[in-house]
Amino acid sequence: MSVKSKIFSAMKQIAEEQKVTLPPLEDDLPLNETGFDSLAFAILVARLEDELGIDPFTVAEDAAFPSTLGEFVRAYENVPA
Amino acid sequence: MSLPDIFALRQYLGPELKDRTISDARHSVSLTDIVQYSCLTGRSCELSGRSVLLATSGQLLSALAMIELDGVARRMLLCPPDLDWDCLQVLLEQAEIDTIVTDRPLQRCIAGKYIVIGIDLPERRTVGWKVDRATEWLMLTSGTSGLPKIVRHTLDGLAGAIIADGPARYRNATWATFYDIRRYGGLQIFLRALIGGGSMVLSEPGEAIATHVARLRTGGVTHISGTPSHWRKLLMSGAAADFSPRYVRLSGEIADQAVLDGLARAFPHASIGHAYASTEAGVGFSVDDGREGFPAHLIGPNRGGVEMKVVDGSLRIRSKRTARAYVGADAPPLTDADGYVDTGDIVELRGERYHFVGRRGGIINIGGLKVHPEEVEAVINRHASVQMSRARSRRSPITGAIVVADVVLADGTDRERHETIRKEILSQCKDCLMVWKVPAVIRFVERLDVTAAGKLARTDA
Repeated sequence: MSVKSKIFSAMKQIAEEQKVTLPPLEDDLPLNETGFDSLAFAILVARLEDELGIDPFTVAEDAAFPSTLGEFVRAYENVPA
Repeated sequence: MSLPDIFALRQYLGPELKDRTISDARHSVSLTDIVQYSCLTGRSCELSGRSVLLATSGQLLSALAMIELDGVARRMLLCPPDLDWDCLQVLLEQAEIDTIVTDRPLQRCIAGKYIVIGIDLPERRTVGWKVDRATEWLMLTSGTSGLPKIVRHTLDGLAGAIIADGPARYRNATWATFYDIRRYGGLQIFLRALIGGGSMVLSEPGEAIATHVARLRTGGVTHISGTPSHWRKLLMSGAAADFSPRYVRLSGEIADQAVLDGLARAFPHASIGHAYASTEAGVGFSVDDGREGFPAHLIGPNRGGVEMKVVDGSLRIRSKRTARAYVGADAPPLTDADGYVDTGDIVELRGERYHFVGRRGGIINIGGLKVHPEEVEAVINRHASVQMSRARSRRSPITGAIVVADVVLADGTDRERHETIRKEILSQCKDCLMVWKVPAVIRFVERLDVTAAGKLARTDA
């Protein structure tokens, strides 16, 4: 499974748990339109760290939090595991 | 002071009660005529009025020394087994110890500074002690980080809850505890056995649970106490099956409904009580109705010599059973100006009952929202396949922290059921907890560490 599909799969799982209806997952989807609140993103980042072994937002000191889903995925793809 | 004014342990060891023993895995010592014998060797006649460290390798010798030295020594510092000597040297200074009673070889630098008295099984006639003082009992707090604090008790205070219960209530009981008797929870049980005219079976460090339970059965144990962590371990081991105590007691940690119900099922003939006690605050109360938490009417003025109040969410206790003071040159005050000990245990009123929600220092902050790990664990522990759990904080770049949980499943749980169980636990948590308190990640682990004091280890939390 690609990093991207792992991220999408984790998001769908959390959406189900949090009773959130996700819009279609597209690269240009703004994160604030995903229906995820900060707690849901915190859960997502923690689970992805367990699954992928990386947390791109803690590793880099100057990590800017992404604003779209595509940027969010690239943050994971760009960190060497 | 004349003799009858002094409350000393040996007064409860008259020859009229036959067949009383105290035993560990290797030895059994009769308590019936114990006061006529001495367990001390060497210059033991010099112990009167001394400040003594009891540092024995096992619990049995410490028990015998407590009996022999109470009313004789100025103070006794009970040394739990897991303390290292470096730590101990600082504590010896603070406690002004001048004499060490031990069965272990001492480093020469230590031996030179103190009178060292040997200790062994009581096979010599006693020199005949003059009981002429109320010995100070010094105990160490069971905190997991840093140097423990020394607290000073009197036997009078330590035995306050036992005397209030009426010692005769437990006549002919054989007591046991998963605790070490050199810690507060274990010492309470040792004193219950002695003062109540009963016998005692001591625990052994590292003993397999099945072996321990076999020894409890052989020893005829009727009354037994431990922390909820101890009890969960026993319940899940399957070793409880052939054991049928009359009284089961929990203390030292929050007794949640799951463990109380589990014990009621495992021991249908036992009365089950949970007690609130700490090294500093002494025994506050015990609850025998099988429900978690405690009735709200216990808070308020003087009930049986114990006054409790809740300030800023934490339970405060004032009674003669609390420790007298912290010991040491720079020791902080133990009580506030009104004599209350702040236990640091946070309680919450739900209906007619107070529930313990956690320790003040253990709060996890999730983007400004607070959660006590214990309240999350209480919900997780309700799942039938869960042996024990630990909720803890994990750093999050988004909310600062999130709650995650480590869970030990019952022995023999099928791996293929893990995902189902995970979902069930999560859904249970969602039903009972605010959304930020639901663990973001549940990890199944082989084991969770329990401290020497029998409490779930939270050091890396």
